[in-house]
Amino acid sequence: MRPAGRQRGACVIVGTRGASGRHASDESPAVELRGITKRFPGVVANRDVELTVRRGTVHAVVGENGAGKSTLMKILYGVQAPDEGTIAVDGTVRQLGSPSDAIAAGIGMVFQHFQLADNLTVLENVVLGAERRHGIGEAARTAIRELSAAYGLGVDPDALVATLGVGARQRVEILKVLFRGARIVILDEPTAVLVPQEVDELFDNLRGLKAEGLTVLFISHKLDEVLRVADAITVIRRGTTVAEVHPKEVSARELAELMVGSELPSPSTEESTVTDTPLLTVVDTSLDDPSGGRRLLEGIDLTVHAGEVVGIAGVEGNGQAELVEVVMGMREPTSGRILLGEQDVSSWPVRALREAGIGYVPEDRHRHGLLLEAPLWENVVLGHQTDPLYRTGPGGTLVDAAAARRETEQVVAQYDVRTPSIDVTAGSLSGGNQQKLILGREMRRSPRVLVAAHPTRGVDVGAQAAIWDHIKAARRAGLGVLLVSADLEELVGLSDTIRVILRGRLTGDFDPDTVTKEQLGAAMTGAAR
Amino acid sequence: MSRLQRRRVLLALAAPALAVVVAFVVTSLILVVARDPVGQVWATLLTPPRPRLVVAILNGAIVYYVSAVAVAIGFRMNLFNIGVDGQYRVAAFAAAVVAGQAWLPGPLNVALGLVVAMLAGGLWAGIAGLLRIYRGVSEVISTIMLNAIATFLVAYLLRKAAVDGGGSNVVSTRPLPDASRVPGLPLVPGVSREVYGLVFLAVLVGLVYWFVLSRTRFGFDLRATGASESAAVASGVDVRRMVVTSMILSGMTAGLVGMPLLFGQDYAYGSTFQPGLGFAGIAIALLGRNHPVGIAFAALLWAYLDQQSNALQITAGVSDKLVGVIQGVIVLSVVIAYELVRRGGVALEQRRVASLLDASSGRPAEGAPA
Ligand SMILES: Nc1ncnc2c1ncn2[C@@H]1O[C@H](COP(=O)(O)OP(=O)(O)OP(=O)(O)O)[C@@H](O)[C@H]1O
Ligand SMILES: [Mg+2]
Repeated sequence: MRPAGRQRGACVIVGTRGASGRHASDESPAVELRGITKRFPGVVANRDVELTVRRGTVHAVVGENGAGKSTLMKILYGVQAPDEGTIAVDGTVRQLGSPSDAIAAGIGMVFQHFQLADNLTVLENVVLGAERRHGIGEAARTAIRELSAAYGLGVDPDALVATLGVGARQRVEILKVLFRGARIVILDEPTAVLVPQEVDELFDNLRGLKAEGLTVLFISHKLDEVLRVADAITVIRRGTTVAEVHPKEVSARELAELMVGSELPSPSTEESTVTDTPLLTVVDTSLDDPSGGRRLLEGIDLTVHAGEVVGIAGVEGNGQAELVEVVMGMREPTSGRILLGEQDVSSWPVRALREAGIGYVPEDRHRHGLLLEAPLWENVVLGHQTDPLYRTGPGGTLVDAAAARRETEQVVAQYDVRTPSIDVTAGSLSGGNQQKLILGREMRRSPRVLVAAHPTRGVDVGAQAAIWDHIKAARRAGLGVLLVSADLEELVGLSDTIRVILRGRLTGDFDPDTVTKEQLGAAMTGAAR
Repeated sequence: MSRLQRRRVLLALAAPALAVVVAFVVTSLILVVARDPVGQVWATLLTPPRPRLVVAILNGAIVYYVSAVAVAIGFRMNLFNIGVDGQYRVAAFAAAVVAGQAWLPGPLNVALGLVVAMLAGGLWAGIAGLLRIYRGVSEVISTIMLNAIATFLVAYLLRKAAVDGGGSNVVSTRPLPDASRVPGLPLVPGVSREVYGLVFLAVLVGLVYWFVLSRTRFGFDLRATGASESAAVASGVDVRRMVVTSMILSGMTAGLVGMPLLFGQDYAYGSTFQPGLGFAGIAIALLGRNHPVGIAFAALLWAYLDQQSNALQITAGVSDKLVGVIQGVIVLSVVIAYELVRRGGVALEQRRVASLLDASSGRPAEGAPA
């Protein structure tokens, strides 16, 4: 139910405004970080970081996983205190001890995990905690409407957040920040959850902010996007700033090499390895919405063969999460059957499916993939508690910690998880490194079928290429993959078949070798029919 | 590696120590405000206990220990079993009735009593577990209710099962036969009082608790569920079954709480059977951080304060209720202390990394082992 038409309309206005964007370049910079250093147990996340952000620009920060980008942004937003260094906002040095200090200084941040209450309206979400500014009534509603119009956000204050798609939620988050008076907006990997159309809309919004003299700082791993929208790019490598480049003067490849500090391997083209042995078959499967309303899944038919990657494209919230949960046994379908090989596994619990050789990379690594407070080696066992490798003692009732630790060393080495030790908690890894750990633990158990939702979300380009290579190698050996992704490049590059999911139905069937992004985009938003 | 572990142990000890110090200061302030003799109170509380009291302290700690472990099992899974109190009383009553019949000879009768107690405790706690998964009733509410029901149910059944107390108004079940009494251990020389023979039971409970949680697959699943239910579900844990199972295990352990008393001291369940052990268990589990060894020290401290309080009225003219205040303050400060120590630990680590870096001139950067 995303009012796509209206948003696009709003963006057009912004686009025209974008042209007159530059006017504040001669004043003091919006943000000036000097000599920022931040240490965590066993790692230095930031070392002597220097960063200058001019007012009224879109400034991108790029770098490998674990380079220290999120930490730097959290320092600027007052979530974490730097051990050394100074922060100047609009020319005055500030002590930012908490997010409220940062907000007072005109800085706002949108985190990658949205922080919205589903069962409240946009208005309620926006005013929550900022009631002082415009009250909670008509004045606040007017303020939201004005902000929304001024920056081309197309946000309806009375919509229920639960009914909004990801892109719209993100705009609500941005609006929340603006409502609190932010003149400097930080976005941590805002595009990771978006499909290309939504990315375009977001970038139009960012240009809108810029046109109004606001400053945007954002992190991304998608380098062509960065080149498209940024006015300046800062590269962080191993905790420190190594370069400041102008988007006109570098290519995505050069940027990637600056990040990594060495040359990137070229992606290899692959022969098809698809066989005609079905591994995972979903037959006419539907899922009712427990709270009434449209069915979450409707008559899904799908087969993954040995050696095949079936990609599911779709705008988030169209049933892909439910499809994955049904296949993984976390939700029972209302009707239909799921076959693993020849066997009907429709009513099997998660553990039995796991034991039968289904690997799982969940969409939300914090909620479903990791025990954030537990050490890495326990996290490697997670999901494979009953795997013979980790079982020991009478009847296999004990956990073989030594084996788990050895395996973790392997995962860390093979999947390039950057960590000081396997005894640190999973929560202390950077986002991309957490993702690599999950992928490594699943792939190294040699699954027959891999159900992967956004397997490289938040992973830097170098590591992404490495993960794709791992998946391709396993596919040659007969792995079947059900791949849900918002990253069209990933879908096109990995899949043998691409299916599009829209409002709970599989609508399209595309050949990745011939399909264009425009065709896919049209099918995903339903514009094709 | 081992340095990391040593540091962890030190940090783990710092928090409870800090809590005890805070409790010391706060209690002193209370005493000063109330114009009570501060020095005298601490002198009394800190006098080394006489051997007779040492035995009493050990015995108290044994019972507390089992109770706290029962609570800790729930805590590890984010279940708040407030009902240990009701569970141990129901269990002790059931065991006293069955063992009082003397169906089996000697030690076998003791074993039967223990089994009955575990079954009764597990059953009573299992009700709360089932209510939680089938009706979504919070186990906090249901176990509090079950405590109240246990009180009345046991009082009611005790009347029925009671034997004539010979003129006194104490009602109690039929006493155990002599052969089923577990002899005490003369661990402390020079006193006639002995340590409960079932001290072995407490040690065993601690060992099993440690082993199951840290070494077994079941324990892994339990801890995973406690740490993140959603991640546990995705990893294949059947959380509903886990809730019931751990609730029952917690209740079975709770069932053992009263056993040292029953078989080593009272030899029957009567209206004077020691109450309140379950609530002390909650505090002790918190102070001991759900750790089998930590709980042991916490239980000893609790029992020590209990016993030392008796002399307060006589030597310092201060009500022995003061000890309850001290215990309460310890529990409150322990929660705060853990947070403080955790932050202190992080800061310490950061300084250490920094100094290492200065020494080795820059090279170990992001991701480098420190
Ligand atoms: N709370 C924490 N405790 C300990 N270490 C941490 C913590 N947060 C981050 N780190 C460490 O600091 C380093 C930088 O992490 P950060 O999250 O800033 O990386 P990032 O550049 O955002 O990476 P990614 O692209 O993967 O999100 C990493 O090595 C990480 O392990
Ligand atoms: Mg990050």
